[in-house]
Amino acid sequence: MINASLNQLGAALAAKKISSVELTQLYLNRIATHNPVYNAYLTVDAKTSLAQAAAADSLLSSGNAGPLTGIPIAQKDIFCAKGWRTTCGSKMLADFIAPYDAHVIEQFNRAGAINLGKTNMDEFAMGSSNETSYFGAVRNPWNQKAVPGGSSGGAASAVAARLCAAATGTDTGGSIRQPAALCGITGIKPTYGTVSRYGMIAFASSLDQAGPMAKSAEDCALMLNVMTGFDERDSTSLQREKEDYTRDLHLPLTGLRIGLPREFFTEGLSSDVGARVQEAIAEYRKLGATIVGISLPNTRLAVPVYYVLAPAEASSNLSRFDGVRYGHRADEYTDLADMYEKSRAQGFGEEVKRRIMIGTYVLSHGYYDAYYLQAQKIRRLIAQDFTDAFAHCDVIMGPTSPSTAFNLGEKGDDPVQMYLSDIYTIAVNLAGLPGMSIPCGFGASGTMPVGLQIIGNYFEEARMLNVAHQYQLATDWHTRAPQGL
Amino acid sequence: MSRTNINWQPTGTLVRRKVFKDQKENMATSWEIVIGLEVHTQLSTNTKIFSGASTTYGAEPNTQADAVSIALPGVLPVLNKGAVERAVKFGLAVGAHIAPRSVFARKNYFYPDLPKGYQISQFDLPVVGMGAITIQVEPLSGKAAPYEKVVRITRAHLEEDAGKSVHGASLGMTGVDLNRAGTPLLEIVSEPDMCSAAEAVAYAKTLHNLVRWIGISDGNMQEGSFRCDVNVSVRKPGEALGTRREIKNLNSFKNMQQAIDYEVQWQIDTIENGGKIHQATILFNPDTGETRAMRSKEDAHDYRYFPDPDLLPLDISAEFLDAMRATLPELPEACRARYINELSLSAYDAASLTGSREMADYFDTVLAALAPSPQSSPASERENQSSTLAKLCANWLIGEVSAQLNRDGLEMAQCPVSTQQMSGMLIRIADNTISNAGAKEVFRTLWSEGGEADLIIESKGLKQVSDSGAIEALVDEIIAANADKVAEYRSGKDKLFGFFVGLAMKASKGSANPAQLNEVLLKKLAG
Repeated sequence: MINASLNQLGAALAAKKISSVELTQLYLNRIATHNPVYNAYLTVDAKTSLAQAAAADSLLSSGNAGPLTGIPIAQKDIFCAKGWRTTCGSKMLADFIAPYDAHVIEQFNRAGAINLGKTNMDEFAMGSSNETSYFGAVRNPWNQKAVPGGSSGGAASAVAARLCAAATGTDTGGSIRQPAALCGITGIKPTYGTVSRYGMIAFASSLDQAGPMAKSAEDCALMLNVMTGFDERDSTSLQREKEDYTRDLHLPLTGLRIGLPREFFTEGLSSDVGARVQEAIAEYRKLGATIVGISLPNTRLAVPVYYVLAPAEASSNLSRFDGVRYGHRADEYTDLADMYEKSRAQGFGEEVKRRIMIGTYVLSHGYYDAYYLQAQKIRRLIAQDFTDAFAHCDVIMGPTSPSTAFNLGEKGDDPVQMYLSDIYTIAVNLAGLPGMSIPCGFGASGTMPVGLQIIGNYFEEARMLNVAHQYQLATDWHTRAPQGL
Repeated sequence: MSRTNINWQPTGTLVRRKVFKDQKENMATSWEIVIGLEVHTQLSTNTKIFSGASTTYGAEPNTQADAVSIALPGVLPVLNKGAVERAVKFGLAVGAHIAPRSVFARKNYFYPDLPKGYQISQFDLPVVGMGAITIQVEPLSGKAAPYEKVVRITRAHLEEDAGKSVHGASLGMTGVDLNRAGTPLLEIVSEPDMCSAAEAVAYAKTLHNLVRWIGISDGNMQEGSFRCDVNVSVRKPGEALGTRREIKNLNSFKNMQQAIDYEVQWQIDTIENGGKIHQATILFNPDTGETRAMRSKEDAHDYRYFPDPDLLPLDISAEFLDAMRATLPELPEACRARYINELSLSAYDAASLTGSREMADYFDTVLAALAPSPQSSPASERENQSSTLAKLCANWLIGEVSAQLNRDGLEMAQCPVSTQQMSGMLIRIADNTISNAGAKEVFRTLWSEGGEADLIIESKGLKQVSDSGAIEALVDEIIAANADKVAEYRSGKDKLFGFFVGLAMKASKGSANPAQLNEVLLKKLAG
């Protein structure tokens, strides 16, 4: 049951082979057993989840069920869920109970899905290893010494360890795709504006985008069907017809043009990851695709541009955490300024403070033009690179992350090394394009998963999912699960 | 420095202000005053600029603070179209360029009444660009003549208001009320085109009238719907602009006047005593009549403005502009010109009648009811007649009606006498049915009891006597009964004329036509 696809689970529920309450209890039991090791969940509320499951069972009985009705989903702790503690991985919000539902949560509730719990994450989604969480690091189910990636590390770990049927994540610079790659699962960050950001705690507003993390492309398509849709409460939400992301899964790949950016295959890429990606490309050739060499000349600027723009927005977005209305407030202070300083110094971790400092600096008088404005210009050049490339290919492929999962603590004292683990994913956020990661084998040790990144043109999620799904029909990397579970 | 040299001595300042007022005329030759205004106008939308929370004034603290107003994690701003409509209307009313694309920016600073830690405003791309308004300046010294002046408006931009800190909410604590947080504001910035307190006040009053006239703000200054920041500097003619100081949050025209006078004198004194003006934000204390620095430029915030990534650029189409233009009423300036040119009213009357849209509308409605019908008389005569009627109507509105409204503390919109009742009464003045005194009686009755002018005239017997025979008889009786006074009058005591008028009026119970009575009295008293 724990390895079943969402469609299989849906069929089992519809056929009454299992009830939603039973299925939810099964996962709750697994969480109780394994979460002490993986630390993938920050909050579990069995009573609420089981009540939702009971309600889903009545829906299933009455024949009003949708594809995800009764299926337990793990929610990243960045989404406000009414009545649930919503921490965003921070001491600042350690005791914050959200009084309202994010759009994404509403969508799952409407679909009759079960909120199985809130998953661990890097603090305010700032990190690539899940080590910046105030609530402790998450462990990678493939190797407990290794990181799961970040910032959606809890979600990736929970899916890989089969502690949920599927999960949500958010991706600002690679936070869905990189942990998906490091944990051997499938994850997709849709086109910016496809999933409403309402109720999703903001890191960098112009880059943040929610998406699903699951065991397969097909599961991601079903999840995306629930998560997307116009929401008037988010001004950047796009007013588009609702799509069925499963509609093209079955299409053959004959004639598919895959662009390989030469900048993705240079120094910095570990050889085992490079080799697995090339093998995946070879598999695509067998499936009828042709390969086109392309160039994304401004790729090397993506990381520096991102580390100007994302902290700039974050420094402002995180200003509301001031200890005045909610969140952590220092116990003792002398005056207003002291209250702000102490509350924020105590409430935020090191990485968050570092980015607030960077962001404040690049927006300050005299530096704005040189940093923020310049970065915005380069951002447009980076987007233009992709537009040019898509004139020659249908999808772009490459590695998701330069290496397989590194060990806990390995990059802890070198932020730049940590930032570089998102080198292939960041440009996609800057351009607002959809990107995904699928498992395509294992690294040199033979135990740590490698992710293949697929980048599509704007609104081409259905095509990308088709491309991923056909590969998953031909290979079985996505069905591999860590030992001992 | 000895203590007596400090300019802040309150006793000294009062004297200095007095001197300054007398010196104002020749002061202009030695010092030039440069003033620019920033006015925050609260827009009259029912809901906030970025959320659906109510903007009603005076509710219990934090009862109008929704998730967006208190900036819960994850909430996002959604622009209120009504605020945009109002901003665009204002831009059109001042002949400004409306930006086809403007941008919302975040102004970052920490304060407990600013829940997001930033204010959403517009910075380098405001919705309203350069425009201008014409102001009518009444110089403060009675001798100088009123004059017109064009003041340029640099820009006007949309932004959200902050909440309020309530100090001492409970013992030793400060409370925060976020009801006002997110209320839509239009910040209107002028060029430094004004060179006296009188001009600054005239500009503020004109603007205040305009925003209410076009229906974008209630302009309620007590409730903070119209707040003025005044930038003041002084210089010698021909020199570069002096360093300015900004007087914040003036919420009455009287305060503005006093604050500018005080500040200008302080700056002149400071420079003449060898000091320098430093850029600063200052507050005016209405109790002492003084201004005082709040913060200097050194501790000015770096607001770190940048485009708000949560909001798309604001695009304004030509169709939207046309639709907004179509909703604009005749503007006060055009209305004023019409009163002067078409109705031959004085500049003073025209300015008074256009002091509010309600007043002008009332006037226009009453006048339309009085206007002679096109069939009744030739065009030239009609024109004369209508200007006479306009003058009559204007006198009543500016005189009796305004005075009575003032006494009762009412706004024009609350005037208990309807336009229909008013025109009913004015018709009877115009056709000589009632005297002015009789009309006052009718008006008082209409005001306090309502009714119809004709019925009141009838029931109170106010119809004036214009029968010359009746008046002559009355005058003859009075002359006969007061022979001694008549003798005194004839021997040169002209002042007694009023005494006879009084007697005659009393005898006629106020119904004698005063003009006719005067004429007859003059003739008969002359002997």
